[in-house]
Amino acid sequence: MEKREFNVIAETGIHARPATLLVQAASKFNADINLEYKGKSVNLKSIMGVMSLGVGQGADVTISAEGADEADAIAAIEDTMKKEGLSD
Amino acid sequence: MTKQLKGIAASDGIATAKAYMLVQPDLSFNQSSIKDADAEVQRLHSALKQSTEELQLIRDKAAESLGEEEAQVFDAHMMILADPEFTGAIESKVKDDKINAEQALKDVSDTFISMFEAMTDNPYMQERAADIRDVSTRVLAHLLGRALPNPALIDSEVIVVAHDLTPSDTAQLNKKYVKAFVTDIGGRTAHSAIMARSLEIPAVVGTKSITEDVKDGQMLTVDGLTGDVTIDPTDDQVKASQKEAADYAAQKAEWATLKTAKSITADGKHFTIAANIGTPKDLDGVLANGAEAVGLYRSEFLYMDSAELPTEDDQFEAYKQVLETMSPKQVVVRTMDIGGDKHLPYLPLPEEQNPFLGYRAIRISLDRDDIFRTQLRALLRASAYGKLGIMFPMIATIAEFEAAKKIFEEEKAKLVADGVKIGDDIELGMMMEIPAAAVLADQFAKHVDFFSIGTNDLIGYTMAADRGNERVSYLYQPYNPSILRLVKHIIDAAHKEGKWAGMCGEAAGDPVMVPILLGMGLDEYSMSASSVLKVRSLMKKLSTEDMKKLADKAVNESESNDDNIKLVEEFTK
Repeated sequence: MEKREFNVIAETGIHARPATLLVQAASKFNADINLEYKGKSVNLKSIMGVMSLGVGQGADVTISAEGADEADAIAAIEDTMKKEGLSD
Repeated sequence: MTKQLKGIAASDGIATAKAYMLVQPDLSFNQSSIKDADAEVQRLHSALKQSTEELQLIRDKAAESLGEEEAQVFDAHMMILADPEFTGAIESKVKDDKINAEQALKDVSDTFISMFEAMTDNPYMQERAADIRDVSTRVLAHLLGRALPNPALIDSEVIVVAHDLTPSDTAQLNKKYVKAFVTDIGGRTAHSAIMARSLEIPAVVGTKSITEDVKDGQMLTVDGLTGDVTIDPTDDQVKASQKEAADYAAQKAEWATLKTAKSITADGKHFTIAANIGTPKDLDGVLANGAEAVGLYRSEFLYMDSAELPTEDDQFEAYKQVLETMSPKQVVVRTMDIGGDKHLPYLPLPEEQNPFLGYRAIRISLDRDDIFRTQLRALLRASAYGKLGIMFPMIATIAEFEAAKKIFEEEKAKLVADGVKIGDDIELGMMMEIPAAAVLADQFAKHVDFFSIGTNDLIGYTMAADRGNERVSYLYQPYNPSILRLVKHIIDAAHKEGKWAGMCGEAAGDPVMVPILLGMGLDEYSMSASSVLKVRSLMKKLSTEDMKKLADKAVNESESNDDNIKLVEEFTK
């Protein structure tokens, strides 16, 4: 399993557009990918799951992937997080 | 029978047309148990596929008529349809409970809708509940084989009436025919309201009962400026609203052309119309209204919005952002104006009998020069990023101004010695709000780069009356010849020394005051951003030669505030 922690720096947190892009990035992979925040874990391929967490600015989140392409998945998600200014 | 309704004004404009009821077809169904779960899941998938295709079409239409950004909401809708948690839950429900797809869809979407609606501390998430409802209604219609109303088919002028306009409904509205819309529910930040504003269609939302009160084809007048809706208006009401709509359209067209124009009088003289801001966020309004400078940046909000004294770096970032955004236009920052009615929880001030005559503004800054030096250093560092003016509030004596200036020069010398880049065109000025300073303006003018007249305090201190006190608020008289004499003296004193004079109180945007100030030759008018275009439009109609005569009479011949209101009416009609 691949795991990475992120600190969310975007002022609006993980909302509409960034949430959409994260889900799109995750959906490209076969691995099971989860987003964990405040002890709650959701499927990162689920837009409603991600939005239901209400991740705000300054939140510490953990993203984990399990499956054959887990390393690539985490790398792609990290890339999206940085490109969209969600984390540094 | 004519009937009035009141809702929330969501998008500007006025329209009269017949009602088009955008209401759902009957999408009722009964729960039923099924035998062939696989066939039912198949039915669900084909409804999901049809819905996705339909949304793709609506998305393309929205991108075309509203722009790519507005169309992105439909990407979110399509993602809900592709959401494995959503579709997976419906599928499992069909298989596990052996119920029809309609019921499974309803159960699952209700769960998600109530989850989002429960986020009462987050209006953004609450409104996402509407997105889920929108998507699941579309899927349900496909499951039931019923067509949703198609606003894209409207081909005559109408006002759309709906319980709530979904984003996909709004995207299909053809601006050529849809003159306005009215809904039962919703707020100013709902998607439909935001879209109405970007389409520039008048809208009133949250009327509670419009779908019950009006029938298809009935006449409606919608005022998106006030939130008023009139059902079956009388001929006179229609005429009045048509005139209002025409006036509004003409005014809007004129304002749009003025946005990028300079502020020029009828006889071709240029004056600067600037905007007042409290935080960098206010810059959007400044830019949208085409202000030619920031005439007053109230730096005290940096202190009031903070839990402790803002650091030099925090202040630097805020000043830099404003200066960079406005460059090459000038930004005048007023140094900390605390005291009077503005307090800081982390900076306790002594109890005073008369706070407005007490320890406030520059008096605190000169006493607590540690706080003052931090602010000046932040300003000096930011000055490299644009054209900065600094003004000190509540200056009563030349000695105070010189003391503040000395501290400024000391901090500047330190930063220069450290090799920090500093703007070479910083202007140092003062607020003119204390009568003692106003009377001695000719002497002050030799020391400053500019004056900015703060009308509220100048009037309050001159008339010895608090405008907030109802018993004496009649003494708040901006056009009283005594006030106007002070103002004229300040402007003349500045000009005699080759300096400029501005005004940053509300009076600078007041349609009665502006003609008089033009006649006095005031150089800069700083007001709330929303007044900029109105005043620019007013200036275009006034000639400085006429206004000089007006100002001369107002200062030398009038006896009272009311005399001058009448005088301005005569000169500007």
